[in-house]
Amino acid sequence: MIAHIFGDLCNGCHDCVTACPTHVLDPGAQGGTPVIARLDQCQTCFMCELYCPQDAIFVGPDQTRAETIDPAAIKASGLLGQMRRDHIWDAPPGDPAPLSEYWRLGPLLAGGAQIAAERYARRHAQAPPA
Amino acid sequence: MHPPDIETDVLVIGGGMAAAWAAIGAARGGAAVVLVDKGFVGTSGVTATAGPGHWWVPPDPGLRAAAIEKRRRIAFGLAEQRWAERVLETTWRSLPQLAAYYPFSRDGTGATFYAGVRGPEYMRALRRHALDLGVRVLDHHPALELLTHRDGSVAGAAGYARLLRRPWTIRAAACVLATGGCAFRSGLIGSHTNTGDGYLMGAEAGAELSGMEFSTIYTLSPAWCSTRTLPYTAARFFDTAGAELDIPPPMADRDHHRALAKAMLEGPVYADLSEAPEALKPILRRIQPATIAPFERRGVRLFEDRFEVKLFGEGTIRGTGGLRIVDDDCQTTVRGLFAAGDAATRELVVGASSGGGSPNSAWALTSGQLGGAAAARLARTQGRRASEPAHGQGRAGLRPTRAARAVDEGAAIAAVKDEMLSYDKAFWRRRATLEAARARLDDIWAEIDQHRHANCLDQVAARETASLVATARWSTGAALARHESRGLHARADAPDLAPDGARRLLVAGLDKVWTRFETPPGQALPSEAAA
Repeated sequence: MIAHIFGDLCNGCHDCVTACPTHVLDPGAQGGTPVIARLDQCQTCFMCELYCPQDAIFVGPDQTRAETIDPAAIKASGLLGQMRRDHIWDAPPGDPAPLSEYWRLGPLLAGGAQIAAERYARRHAQAPPA
Repeated sequence: MHPPDIETDVLVIGGGMAAAWAAIGAARGGAAVVLVDKGFVGTSGVTATAGPGHWWVPPDPGLRAAAIEKRRRIAFGLAEQRWAERVLETTWRSLPQLAAYYPFSRDGTGATFYAGVRGPEYMRALRRHALDLGVRVLDHHPALELLTHRDGSVAGAAGYARLLRRPWTIRAAACVLATGGCAFRSGLIGSHTNTGDGYLMGAEAGAELSGMEFSTIYTLSPAWCSTRTLPYTAARFFDTAGAELDIPPPMADRDHHRALAKAMLEGPVYADLSEAPEALKPILRRIQPATIAPFERRGVRLFEDRFEVKLFGEGTIRGTGGLRIVDDDCQTTVRGLFAAGDAATRELVVGASSGGGSPNSAWALTSGQLGGAAAARLARTQGRRASEPAHGQGRAGLRPTRAARAVDEGAAIAAVKDEMLSYDKAFWRRRATLEAARARLDDIWAEIDQHRHANCLDQVAARETASLVATARWSTGAALARHESRGLHARADAPDLAPDGARRLLVAGLDKVWTRFETPPGQALPSEAAA
């Protein structure tokens, strides 16, 4: 669940308030840092991080409960902005880099399933007849 | 009724890929289009958080026929070849049209890779394309109910703008419901807002549903966070004592999930991904960044540490049920009301088996454009009819039939989850448990319908709860009426195909849920079974 919005990094653009698909956030007073108003509606989808131009949001990994974090430790961890960097979200239009490996999803998914199928077949070939 | 804020030709309700394609289809047809979404078009729904592959077959008659035949074998008599052909052709023509908005890359052979797209980038592209075509996009404008004319045709919708904190009313010549499926609040990533709102709004206006018994399907994820499944397909599974579990591979489909569910009913199950394809390990981050984060941020080494897993229900998202389609334009039984994507039944293409993955995406793209284009034509031929009287059809949560009083919505949602998602009830359906579920859900529905009265922002939650309960009732009613096992629908007390079971099962009703088998066109059956 969303754990923290860093007030010192936030520029008050409120893009996260709009981008959150589940209406977790309210605008901050006088254009200030948004407020986590409905945490129970957070689905841990990381979309607020992706849409934050300031890398000012940190979403915790657990969707089942609220998480408290140490803001200084999170800043030091280098995880802020990870979602935007991994997506190469701000690449110029037409730049193929963000999705250059994406075609491998299907073959790798099937490759994993093949590994599981062969392992299962081996296991059952070795098993004594019932 | 609040006076209309907007008059338009076509109103699209929903904000995922089907809704965006519907808006694009209607705008290309020359219509003025307004799209209202509960959330934000770009992040809403299960496409935005996923990576939809599309059913993608070149226009070679042999290849197309082979692809359709492969699906026909698992459709169990409920799909139609001509719909498969339409979906394949529309998909093939449509995706390349996004090239100005989506950075298609190359595949391993140097050809452009169109079939699979990553959710956030895809939805951002569809949003931009719709905006460029003049679609008016209203984010955070959840629809609460449909409006109908005196003759029963659809006249628009009303809702509540949740960031602006004010009600809205939109009159339109035609509406496309593209509100997605319902995952019964399982926690499946992207599905929190997929509460079956369109099913309820449609049914209140007189629409019917079909295939709602095909709603038991699950996705494997770490126990603490639902993710996409790419890294897990080679997983080995272990119990708490460290003994390896004998789980059929993912290709075994239902047997894979059943074996996992059986083990999870006995205790925690742990996955070990050390045998995942070596090529995947260094590039997973480049393919699915959001799958890495829940591990990295918890200090779990994805491919080295064992971690607890569970199954997240997909309901009608990767199930196949939804609003019944009665013509080639994706119209429902309500005139002027079209259904697209997971809001509509996908039996036309995939029958009784999941269209999860590529057929569902291709269906969303196709049904959206077909419904949108037909809505635009209807607007052109009949006009907006905006001066005629129109009435809101919403009931539960909005207009209680008896004295308003507090209703325990948390308990209602917990009951829906228990009845619809519990592994034992879903994978091994039986008459006794289904009848108990029906009685429990009927009571909850009556309580909400008679007494829940929400105002302002609270209306959104009230309608979500009502939709969850309504969807659960229709799924349960259909599961009871189909006394056989077919595709996704598995009855432990009727494990075989029934000889006369290759018929679609229709369901609807608010006070009382009804079911009725449909006779497929061209098939003369001696009588219709009432259930």
